Amino acid sequence: MKRLLILGAGTGGTIMANKMRKILARDEWDITIVDQHKTHYYQPGFLFIPFGMYTRQDVVKPKTSFLPLGVNVIFQEIDRIDGASNHVIMKDGTSLKYDYLIIATGTRVVPDETPGLKGPLWHKNVFDFYTIEGATALAEFFKTWPGGELVLNIADVPIKCPVAPLEFVMFADAFFVERGIRNKVNISYSTPMSGAFTKPRASKVLGALLEEKNINIIPDFYLEKVDNEKKALVSYDEREIPFDCLVTVPVHKGDAMIGRSGLGDEMDFAKAHKHTLQSDFFPNIFVIGDAGNFPTSKAGSVVHFQADVLTENLMCAIENRPFTESFDGHSNCYIETGFGKGALIDFNYDTEPLPGSFPFPGIGPFGLLKETRMNHYGKLMFRWIYWHILLKGKEMPIDSKMTMAGKKM
Amino acid sequence: MSQKTFAGVTVDVNEEGYFTNPAQWTKELAVEVAKEEGIQLTDKHLAVLDFLRERFAKGDNLTIRSVGNSGIVDIKGFYGLFPGAPMKKAAKIAGIPKPSSCV
Repeated sequence: MKRLLILGAGTGGTIMANKMRKILARDEWDITIVDQHKTHYYQPGFLFIPFGMYTRQDVVKPKTSFLPLGVNVIFQEIDRIDGASNHVIMKDGTSLKYDYLIIATGTRVVPDETPGLKGPLWHKNVFDFYTIEGATALAEFFKTWPGGELVLNIADVPIKCPVAPLEFVMFADAFFVERGIRNKVNISYSTPMSGAFTKPRASKVLGALLEEKNINIIPDFYLEKVDNEKKALVSYDEREIPFDCLVTVPVHKGDAMIGRSGLGDEMDFAKAHKHTLQSDFFPNIFVIGDAGNFPTSKAGSVVHFQADVLTENLMCAIENRPFTESFDGHSNCYIETGFGKGALIDFNYDTEPLPGSFPFPGIGPFGLLKETRMNHYGKLMFRWIYWHILLKGKEMPIDSKMTMAGKKM
Repeated sequence: MSQKTFAGVTVDVNEEGYFTNPAQWTKELAVEVAKEEGIQLTDKHLAVLDFLRERFAKGDNLTIRSVGNSGIVDIKGFYGLFPGAPMKKAAKIAGIPKPSSCV
């Protein structure tokens, strides 16, 4: 028996287990998937939790519910990958041999990278919403918060779902308007980038949104530390932002195991070819999704498009053929803008988000780079699609390659 | 796509003045771009620019943190060399694209 080993049973690992089990003969191939956690989180749903729109039970299901029969599941912590001997060594000292390996271990937030962030104010006045614990603690906090300085800070890039912090401040605006205390809440968005929007067309079309919503943008702010006594963010160039409630998007890293295995960059993101998805270090190791150092968004839609490419290229590798598929960096993301509306962006490595209609040119039903009610419903419907179609690796009417049809230059 | 002339050499730049073809970059041009940003280039500046260009060519993520880990300067030192918005300014002078997000 040959073995395909998948590390990580999140979005990417689960989709690949489903796709590959359909293709690889059961009498020739063992497929094993490893993860340290048993719960699958619908991560796009975390954004909705602080505002009471979703609760914990809306975003959690057992991982095993989405894995097909005929795939071995091991819930254990991984120590490292030994690429030279084709073995994965587990924390308990046992090891698993593989013929092909897929790294799908995702990314994690590391608040400890920033001095003072996880200080005495952590989960009292300082919250993240990229973890279930942070999102639910913030929901509790908002229930009784009388208002004050609400500051969102992005500590560094890359981050998961780069539009989520934007959606967060726009949701916060709507939430406090509906609460009738918007006049008591100052909302600021601080980012190490040059602005909330950095791409020319998106800036032009959506740039005014934050201003209209009276959200204060603080660009080029690179966080050095959090001063818990003063309740202030401090940047490397010694600027300070006082807060009553800080919503942090902490520094992101790949799994520490990637670093221990010598397969990553300095932030532990696995180094892989951006088109073939093959590891830079070993030809029988492939990388999918947030775990990789791919220069595109860390987002579920990217994983979904990469899965089509990876399925083809993995079969090419197994059958000793040259790679036939090339990932173009395709990403497709809804952006919630509050008050029941949303925008949608579709882009790849070379093409910035452009206005137009999606997925059917001229028809839609979704509008690209514009605020519509339909886009908001798209995002809500997507949760169902995620659990029932996407994770199971079923066909969707959207090509893994980005198309210019329906886009306006 | 527009063009800009530095010290008699014409290069392709975008609307914000960033090089669109990193291959057109030379150290002599960097000195001129830096002057426009109010910076007098030193060897330390050039070492940072070389590091960024090298990392960019490899397709790596470029962040202030990665410069801080480079062994050339720490983050405070990077701010000292390129005051205000070091990554943005250094990218412009290094002839590589401005760091951007997806939107």
